[in-house]
Amino acid sequence: MIGLNGYLIVAAIMFCCGLASILLKRNAVGILMGVELILNAANVNLVAFNRFSPLPGVQLDGQIFALFVIVLAAAEAAVALAIFLNFYNNFATVDVERADNLKG
Amino acid sequence: MSFLLANSSSDLAGTALFYVFAVVATCSALGVVISRNIVRTAVCLLLSLLGVAGLYMSLHAEFLAAVQLVVYAGGTLVLIIFGIMLTHNPNLKPFPAKPLEVILALGLSLAMASALIMAILRSGMGNRAPGELPPYPIQSLGEALLGDYLVPFEIISVLLLAVMIGAAYLAKARRKQEGRP
Repeated sequence: MIGLNGYLIVAAIMFCCGLASILLKRNAVGILMGVELILNAANVNLVAFNRFSPLPGVQLDGQIFALFVIVLAAAEAAVALAIFLNFYNNFATVDVERADNLKG
Repeated sequence: MSFLLANSSSDLAGTALFYVFAVVATCSALGVVISRNIVRTAVCLLLSLLGVAGLYMSLHAEFLAAVQLVVYAGGTLVLIIFGIMLTHNPNLKPFPAKPLEVILALGLSLAMASALIMAILRSGMGNRAPGELPPYPIQSLGEALLGDYLVPFEIISVLLLAVMIGAAYLAKARRKQEGRP
């Protein structure tokens, strides 16, 4: 049976892929996908720690936190895409390098 | 799938399933980073989400796996694909990434990954035994959501309403004043 470490390592790799795609992508939607990867990695950690909890009795707190994170991620994606649509209407692109209106 | 994992004599099947889902999740997460085409990135993200749903299944969080499939793979990802569709401009050439930036970003991510994996392996949490499973998992989840977690549950419903109104307003506010360029 796989222990806690296996899940934590998978989550760490997913987190770093999300970090790299946030840093590397120029498309705003690609950056949003990196954020989703990071949230998923955090969720895997929450559920794995919940399953391997050292506390006695039935533990469900981690799963409930993961549920809340999924809901918040959906809400965040909806607002982010609305902002991207506005940005696209103004600049005809979602390339984050072009969002430099406030540059001095 | 969970009936395979529930039986202690089928540890081998559980381990094999874990490896399959872990490889799917991590390789397609790498694909999200590597692929240049935004639609391919979205498909890689979809595969990664499916792998994570499988991992939830192997952690005996069946309800969460279903929510992951329905809300993430079925809802959020479709939203993202609509976003790609509505904001795609083939005429515009993307800025090429500067080599220094690529090296810095990849170096930072690799350093982060190695530090995290070292920390996990040294923490000594790997030999924790799995905890007790609830006899009726969904009943316990529902009781927790409407018991201990009632206040966050209700706050999140208000948040979802605010997000729905805000997103609809933000997405259509500009179109009244000027046509799309």
